[in-house]
Amino acid sequence: METTYNADQKRTIKRNQRDLRRYNRKKAFQRDKYLWLLVLPGIIWYAIFAYAPMYGLVIAFKDFSPFKGIWGSPWVGIKWFKDFFSSHYFWRLIRNTLLINVYGLLWGFPAPIIFALLLNELQHEGFKKFSQTVSYLPHFISTVVIVGIVMDFLSPSTGLINRMIRALGGETIHFMIEPGWFRTIYIASGIWQGIGWNSIIYLAAISGIDQELYEAATVDGASRLRKMWHITIPGILPTVVILLILNLGSLLSVGYEKIILMYNPRTYETADVISTYVYRRGIGDAEYSFATAVGLFQNIINFIMIATFNQISKKVSEISLW
Amino acid sequence: MLQRMTTGDKVFLVIAYILVALVSISCLYPFIYVISASLSDYESLARGEVWLLPKGINFEAYKIVFETDEIWTAYGNTIWYVVVGTIISLFLTTITAYPLSRKTFGGRNVLTAIFSFTMFFGGGLIPTYLLIRDLGLLNTRWALVIPGALSVWNIIIMRTFFQGIPDSLTEAATIDGCNDIHILFKIILPLSMPVISVMILFYAVGQWNSYFSAIIYLNDHKLYPLQVILRKILIQHDTTDMKTFTSDLDKMREVALNIRYATIIVSTLPILCVYPFLQKYFVKGIMVGAIKG
Repeated sequence: METTYNADQKRTIKRNQRDLRRYNRKKAFQRDKYLWLLVLPGIIWYAIFAYAPMYGLVIAFKDFSPFKGIWGSPWVGIKWFKDFFSSHYFWRLIRNTLLINVYGLLWGFPAPIIFALLLNELQHEGFKKFSQTVSYLPHFISTVVIVGIVMDFLSPSTGLINRMIRALGGETIHFMIEPGWFRTIYIASGIWQGIGWNSIIYLAAISGIDQELYEAATVDGASRLRKMWHITIPGILPTVVILLILNLGSLLSVGYEKIILMYNPRTYETADVISTYVYRRGIGDAEYSFATAVGLFQNIINFIMIATFNQISKKVSEISLW
Repeated sequence: MLQRMTTGDKVFLVIAYILVALVSISCLYPFIYVISASLSDYESLARGEVWLLPKGINFEAYKIVFETDEIWTAYGNTIWYVVVGTIISLFLTTITAYPLSRKTFGGRNVLTAIFSFTMFFGGGLIPTYLLIRDLGLLNTRWALVIPGALSVWNIIIMRTFFQGIPDSLTEAATIDGCNDIHILFKIILPLSMPVISVMILFYAVGQWNSYFSAIIYLNDHKLYPLQVILRKILIQHDTTDMKTFTSDLDKMREVALNIRYATIIVSTLPILCVYPFLQKYFVKGIMVGAIKG
């Protein structure tokens, strides 16, 4: 049986509930005050170094001048976006960014998965440990040194690769100034640097698989390959999907740090991507508003893509980032 | 597991060993080559006779590198950035991650969401640059250690580790009248050495290797870290600031090649030396994060 209240009583109940909530919140805050104190510097840091630059994005819609400041500069609407879309570099930048990512994903994404699966099969613990140690090493070497080594190995005169090509009777290839080679070099060196390190997360996922599944399969007479196919791969699939979403979400962004070390005006044709363009126009030519607009365009597309892929994955596989 | 392997299994295993060995060799070989090349004499190196082991022996390049003041200054700067940057990052990461690990903490979900959002969206290069300029950090050492001090990923790794520490410890300490700051520093941190070492390594290696912040935020050459000097020598092929002891141009070009390799070794040696000992911590770190990634 339900108790009925008149309007006055209802109001009192509501007020009491509100007061109770407020009291509880106050008490919780009182209880957690030291936790809030601890987290405060982090909040301030994020406000300044992560969220304040987001406010700075408004200059993409303004004609920013350092003297007038962000607020004082006049609005120009979507002028910079229009400029960018109609610039004759637009399609080249989109194409280069997409292609580096698509090929990078195509070759680079499966590589550490395969490496982890292979490592998992090895029975000689010593050899396995050694391989892991050695293959993680390139991850800790700086981009500058990696690119330096790549350039040395590919040097037309003394480079190892060209010496091999010549020894086999081939023609010297000028790798670093040949636009046709840029993507291959960029992606291959990326795989080389990341294959070991990126396999760790899959190895962790593999180690989480229930051992009884393997034992049962062994009893049933399954071969190693079948066990890998039917147990290991399905076991790491959630991890694979999460990483794939993250990768797909950044199809329109390539880190500039490695490219600006590797490219030169002769390879811009294939090497210049959105982020390097932003860097040159923004930091190099101080066209702050234009460069910000280009960067914002990239950011928005990325965000939409990651949200879309996340949504799709949620529907299809119930795996999602948020 | 004393079951006999079938032929198919054996073939599969052999292929697995061969492929893993190939990857290992390809990861190790460049380093061996660089070491050998740095020690070889100029002529053999320039003629392209070095394949695996040094040809002749020659420490000249190292001598030149060690006598270049620019490199020493940069080395000192890098050490400053690594030490100060790591301390700041570690401290901030710890005090930010700890409250987020407490299940009863009211701000937990909201703050995690606010912090995580920055993984997917941000102001980007130019607004960040303008902010650093407006804060007056341009051309100061702080520009290299404060703006990049926190990373969501590392916060999550630390938070996940803290969550693994039994609640009963915290509860007991609360009953004894400890406040949360005490609990963190007196009880939680002494139990968190594995994750702290991982964080130190991540941040220290990150600082040691970073060059990009330096080239956009610094103009003063006296503040440049090692990686910027390396970029000049390795990528821009500029060895003019080095005393190459010779005026002969051809000779100089040859020496330059040796110098490049010697510089790589000198700048990477600290990492190459500590790496084998610390490798297990690196792996542990990424595993901790992977559990709830």
